[in-house]
Amino acid sequence: MKGWLFHLAVLGVLAVLAVILPAYHANNLARVLVLAVFATGYNLAFGYTGMLSLGHALFFGAGMFGAALPVTLWGWGGLPVLGTGMLAGGVVAAAVGVLALRTKGVSFMIVTLMFAQAGYLTLIYCNAVTGGDQGLVLPGAARQVLGLDLTQDGSRLWLALGIYAAALAGALGLVGSRFGRVMLAMRENEERSRMLGYDPYTVKLKVLVISGLYAGLAGAAYGVFFGYAGAGFATVQYSILPMLYSLLGGAGTALGPLIGAAVMFWLIDFASGLTNAYLMLVGVVLIVVVLFAPRGILGYVRERWLPWLP
Amino acid sequence: MAAVILQAKGLAKAYGGLKAVDGVDFALNAGEIHALIGPNGAGKTTFVSLLSGRIAPDAGQITLAGQDVTALPAHLRVRKGIAYTFQITSIYPRLSVFDNVALAAQSQGARDLAGAVGVALGRVGMQGLAGQEAGTLSYGHQRLLELAMGLALKPKVLILDEPTQGLAAGEIDDFGALVRSLVPHTTVLMIEHNMEVVMDLAHRITVLNFGRVLAQGTPAEIRANPAVQAAYLGTDDAAA
Ligand SMILES: Nc1ncnc2c1ncn2[C@@H]1O[C@H](COP(=O)(O)OP(=O)(O)O)[C@@H](O)[C@H]1O
Ligand SMILES: [Mg+2]
Repeated sequence: MKGWLFHLAVLGVLAVLAVILPAYHANNLARVLVLAVFATGYNLAFGYTGMLSLGHALFFGAGMFGAALPVTLWGWGGLPVLGTGMLAGGVVAAAVGVLALRTKGVSFMIVTLMFAQAGYLTLIYCNAVTGGDQGLVLPGAARQVLGLDLTQDGSRLWLALGIYAAALAGALGLVGSRFGRVMLAMRENEERSRMLGYDPYTVKLKVLVISGLYAGLAGAAYGVFFGYAGAGFATVQYSILPMLYSLLGGAGTALGPLIGAAVMFWLIDFASGLTNAYLMLVGVVLIVVVLFAPRGILGYVRERWLPWLP
Repeated sequence: MAAVILQAKGLAKAYGGLKAVDGVDFALNAGEIHALIGPNGAGKTTFVSLLSGRIAPDAGQITLAGQDVTALPAHLRVRKGIAYTFQITSIYPRLSVFDNVALAAQSQGARDLAGAVGVALGRVGMQGLAGQEAGTLSYGHQRLLELAMGLALKPKVLILDEPTQGLAAGEIDDFGALVRSLVPHTTVLMIEHNMEVVMDLAHRITVLNFGRVLAQGTPAEIRANPAVQAAYLGTDDAAA
């Protein structure tokens, strides 16, 4: 109960920000929220279940093109393609998981990375439909969802907030459920879990598919919101980002990915205004966090002050 | 003749050239407390790991209540009623005591999770510790938590691998009373080094040596068996 109220309050603060923020920051907040949806899904697999995947860029990319292709090929509208993108992320995650989950640890990381790389090359190779290096620009007509015109900063932010709220509620519901307990069990001690009657393979596959659905939805939203789908979003960088967001904000905490995404985004925004070597500054901050709060910002807060935080 | 609940025929497992379990025939009667004894390295842990499905046998067959489970993966055997507690304590140290036991209880479909956890913790005398992080428990409590997890699975057959190892004398007495209270509803197969516990609790005893069954019988028969005396009871272990 306390947890739900707390998260409701956070969403309330975001809604206030949506009203008062100037256009430049409103646009950035929309971007951060979409990336936070992606990272929240990543965190379900990584932070809660202990799967270190480098394949999520592919699920994100699958969502992006799962949304963009129906637009460019068949002229579908904004709302249905958010659905197809989400589905594409889940299906691709299932296909990758069926094979990759035969391995674990470092091998799992490498196998998922290989899949993502193969997916990226496929996107480039099929340039006739995917636009190759150029990518696809989505026409304004396809960027209308539930009466919101997503070419406008304000409506973009409101829809981003709505999607993030749904994603957060889904994650909270999941980790608070019996299945959520089994997810933690897999992270903590797989062999013990097997001997309590749980099949690690199927549990992890389910979580990976859920995580893929999140990534797919985020990828689709990113494409529809900003009117562009490109193969660049399927490169390894986009697998590492949600991992960094989770680690920075707190792996295995529900709000950690949002906090991580926000801190990182505005840190880069701020640092790049100061110096060209802004990535170095970002690196220093990351190292400091890892040294002093190895469980991330919210992990630290949970340890110190709010042990009930999910 | 009591009904056989768990049976092994010609069970074998080798590690390289070492025959850890070497053609064991074994029958566990429903409702009994059966002790598995033998010197270190005799193959006891390997044998019960084969029964529970943690490792796959090279040869042989395992049946549970008449059904062949040899090819069944471990997690499905657990669901069918074979629970295994680890020789080396294996819990979830970063989860609460409640969550540790809840994972066992919800695995066999408990509706009232809090109730089921409370009952299991109560049986091992740990009801007051539900909120504690499992890794911060004393060693003895961690052993008991492991046992509570086994109980919460409501198994047909409970396999205990050296459950009294590291327990204090008082805790061992409580443990004995607990195991006795489980039968005949549950069948208990336990590996145990403490001869006092074995002779006190077990209805029947199987002695393993070099991966083979050396003897089987009631405590009195085992005590009187010259081969067992030579191989095992004559050693320092008997002093325990
Ligand atoms: N995973 C393993 N790899 C290699 N040898 C093993 C393995 N597990 C057990 N053994 C060997 O098999 C024999 C039986 O071991 P174990 O079943 O643990 O005996 P016990 O439980 O009776 O002490 C020992 O010689 C042990 O060293
Ligand atoms: Mg052993």
